[in-house]
Amino acid sequence: MWTWFYRLASPPYVYRVAAVWMPWLLGGAAFAIGYGVIDGLGFAPPDYQQGDAFRIIYVHAPCAWLSLFAYTTMAVAGAIGLIWRIKMGHAVAAASAPIGASFTLGALVTGSLWGRPMWGTYWAWDPRLTSELILLFLYVGVMALRSAFDDANRGDRAAALLAIVGVVNVPIIHFSVVWWNSLHQGATVAKFGKSEMPGSMLWPLLAMLLGFMLFYGAVLCIRLRGEVLNRERQSAWVREAIGS
Amino acid sequence: MRVGGWETLGLVLRRELVLGFRRPDQLVQPLVFFLIVTTLFPLGLSVQLVLLREMAPGVLWVAALLASMLSLEALFKSDADDGTLEQLVLSGQGVYVIVVAKTLAHWLVSGAALILVSPLVATALAIPWSAFPVMLLSLGLGTLTLSWLGAIGAGLTVGLKRGNVLVSLIVLPLAMPLLIFGAGATDRAISGTSPLGALYLLAALCLLTCTLAPFAAAAALTVTLE
Repeated sequence: MWTWFYRLASPPYVYRVAAVWMPWLLGGAAFAIGYGVIDGLGFAPPDYQQGDAFRIIYVHAPCAWLSLFAYTTMAVAGAIGLIWRIKMGHAVAAASAPIGASFTLGALVTGSLWGRPMWGTYWAWDPRLTSELILLFLYVGVMALRSAFDDANRGDRAAALLAIVGVVNVPIIHFSVVWWNSLHQGATVAKFGKSEMPGSMLWPLLAMLLGFMLFYGAVLCIRLRGEVLNRERQSAWVREAIGS
Repeated sequence: MRVGGWETLGLVLRRELVLGFRRPDQLVQPLVFFLIVTTLFPLGLSVQLVLLREMAPGVLWVAALLASMLSLEALFKSDADDGTLEQLVLSGQGVYVIVVAKTLAHWLVSGAALILVSPLVATALAIPWSAFPVMLLSLGLGTLTLSWLGAIGAGLTVGLKRGNVLVSLIVLPLAMPLLIFGAGATDRAISGTSPLGALYLLAALCLLTCTLAPFAAAAALTVTLE
């Protein structure tokens, strides 16, 4: 039962599997994002208060969700690498960090573009916005710490530890709109029970969310292959694989 | 000879304090930095006392954060350079105890000293006397939490030749909630509303780091030292 998990610890296997998964993930992402963009931007009804400006949610919410998801992936992969000394865990963490940082930046930028017409300001020192900004700094810190070590092995483990410490921020961001009286609106998409959004608006959003997840998976596969090649550059199978 | 955990704690704490007070310049420099930074704000912004009083808690806390970043380097660095830290880790006493002792000593030398100087700075920043107890309490809880967070950061970067900026980069994002609640509590005390909510949250953060941060810092030390 656990053999698939053990095999994921082997760099050549991961390198090959990532190549197989990547086109499927990318194709799925293109399909879901394509549907989400056309339906969300073209056919979903405008919001009765926000007009057409609400449509930025189709990029903003998936970005924000993925910023947390990528961080959690990074921390869990780092923990796997730290606890079981599986090198591929660290490779996944290293591959996930820049993608997550980009999603965080995307969420912050789209949020502030939306905030200008809606709140009248690009930036407010609000709990959710601030904690998302802290998340960006955490990503930067983890990446900087990893690259600061000459010894890649120690850098990996130090970065994994920092990622795990920073995980406390993830629930803070997620629940910030519930715990504090935030300027940011509360959750409208419910995981359990009925969402507060009408279906015509909700379906494109869910499609975008799925599309972004698949896109993240695809980019993770590409970056992971690069990481594996770079980490295993001394080994024989890499020379065979790239044919030199 | 086998020494117990508490005894180790006491011995390392004593050693750290003795070393700390033998190097008074390292003790005084962050405090002078604290004073200078808090002087810069009124000079750069405005000298109107009303405005100053509104900004004072934030200024005080930002300066305290920056000053404690300075002293973090001394936490493990010199001991790591001359090999003492490795001997301590190898002594079989558990890295946890050593981290706790060193961090407590660091707080006594840097954080507590900062608290002693803060009334002076607070008076200069026109914080009223009535807000002093809350300010001192929040600084006490905050600097202790900061020492624990700093121990994680210092532990992660102890093996690096150029870890100075990196420590701040790692620790400051984690310390942002402290700034929010710490300055918030002082702010409420100045305006006369109840600061209890922010103080409770600070105390919760302090408890959380007191219990969990030593594990993280000990793990960080074993990662970077081996």
